[in-house]
Amino acid sequence: MDATVNTGTEDSVWGGGNRPLGASYGKMMMWFFIMSDALTFSGFLVAYGFSRFKFIELWPIADEVFTHFPFMHGVDAPMYYVAFMTFVLIMSSVTMVLAVDAGHKMKQKSVILYMFLTIIGGAIFVGSQAWEWATFIKGDHGAVETNSGRILQFVNAETGKRASLAEFAKTLPEERVKHEASEGIWFKSEGYKTSFSLNEVVEGFKATPNILIRTEQLNEEGEKTVLDRKASLAKILEANQVVEGANLIHNEYGHRLFADFFFFITGFHGFHVFSGVVINVIIFFNVIIGTYERRGHYEMVEKVGLYWHFVDLVWVFVFTFFYLV
Amino acid sequence: MAHEHKLEIFKGLVKFKSNTQKIWGVLIFLSLVTTVEVALGIIKPRALTHSYFIGMKLLNWIFIILTLVKAYYIAWDFMHLRDEKTALRRTIVWVPIFLICYLIFILLFEADYIYNVYKDGFITWSF
Repeated sequence: MDATVNTGTEDSVWGGGNRPLGASYGKMMMWFFIMSDALTFSGFLVAYGFSRFKFIELWPIADEVFTHFPFMHGVDAPMYYVAFMTFVLIMSSVTMVLAVDAGHKMKQKSVILYMFLTIIGGAIFVGSQAWEWATFIKGDHGAVETNSGRILQFVNAETGKRASLAEFAKTLPEERVKHEASEGIWFKSEGYKTSFSLNEVVEGFKATPNILIRTEQLNEEGEKTVLDRKASLAKILEANQVVEGANLIHNEYGHRLFADFFFFITGFHGFHVFSGVVINVIIFFNVIIGTYERRGHYEMVEKVGLYWHFVDLVWVFVFTFFYLV
Repeated sequence: MAHEHKLEIFKGLVKFKSNTQKIWGVLIFLSLVTTVEVALGIIKPRALTHSYFIGMKLLNWIFIILTLVKAYYIAWDFMHLRDEKTALRRTIVWVPIFLICYLIFILLFEADYIYNVYKDGFITWSF
C-alpha cells in the first residue's frame, strides 16, 4: 500500500524552502540556540542566587569589592567602571542593529563601518573584563582566614576605613619561604606567597590599638559588623592564614563562593563576548569581500546580530545580580 | 519579512520616522535606565534600603524591574522580536520565562530552608 501523493511542495519543504512562522531556517536555529543558552545562563544565575540566599547574612557587598577605576589609583569609585562597561556593550549593540538595518538596505559600505565599530566595542568590553578580573585576583587590602574559612578584614578605628595589612603588620626577623609540593607532604603547596606571614599580621595587630576586626556578618543596617578592640583581640586567635586577593579557594573579599561564581559567570559571559567578536570578524570580512552582496541579502549579519544582542541581554542580568542587588 | 518595521514604542506613545531613529531612541532610553540604576546603586536611598516587599529590599525590586524593562527593549527592538510573527515571539519569550520562574522559585526556597537550618544551630559552621 504505498500511496504517492504529490502536492508539488516536497522540494521546497525539505530543501529548506519553507519558512515556519515567517522566519528562515537559519534565523529559527539561532533562536533555538539563544533559548537554550538563555536557560544555561539562568541556571548559573539562579545557582548564584541559591548560594547567596543560603549565606544571605555573610555575602560580600559588591560596592566594597569592585571599587577601582583604571588610572585612578586609590580613588574609591564603586560601580563606575562596570557602568562604563555596560554602556560600551549597549553601544556596540546599537552599532550592530545599525549594521543589520544597513544590510536590509543593501548598503555594503555602511555595514562594513558598523560591523567594525561593533567589533571595537566588543574588544573594549573583553579588555575591561580582563582588567576587572586582574584587579579582583590581585586583591585590595588583604585579610585573614579563620579555621572555619570565614574571612576577617581590618578597619582603622579612627577613620572607619578599611586598613591594609601593610599598615599595621610587623616585619619580624623570620624566614618566610613559599611552600612547594616537593618539600613536604606531596599534595600540599601554596598557590602564592603572601606579603606577610600570619605571625607578622597577628603581632602587628596586637601592637596597633587602633585597628579593629570586621567580620563577614551583616548587621541590621546592611553593613559588615565591626568588633570592638576586646572582641577583635579574641577573634584574631581564630585566624589560620593570610589571604591576599581572590582565587577559587580563598577570597579576601568575603565568602569564597562569591569569587567562584564571579569567575564562573563573568568568565562564561566573557567567553561568549569573545566568541561573538570572533564570529563578527568572520562576517565582517565576508561583507568586505562581498559575499552577501552576491547572495542578494544580508541575513547572515542579522543572525550574528541576534547572537550579539543576546550577549548584551545576558550582561544586563549579570550586571544587576553581581553589581547592583 | 523583517523589512517592515513597527516603529512605535511605549504602546504607541512615541512613534519614530525610520528604523534608524527608533534604534537611537531606544539607546537613549536604555542609557537613561542604566544611569538611574547606577545612581540608585551609589546613593542607596535609605527609604529604599530599609523597606521590604516580600522579603526583599525595595531597592532590589527596583533594580530587577528596571533590568526586565531593559531586557524587554533589547529583545523587542534590537533583536526585532517586535517585527516577528506573534506566535514565534510568544514561543521564544514565554517558554524560558515559565521554566526560569519555576527554577527561581524552587532553588530560592530551598536555599532559604538551608539558611534556617544553619541559623537554628543544628550545624556549627563558624568556629
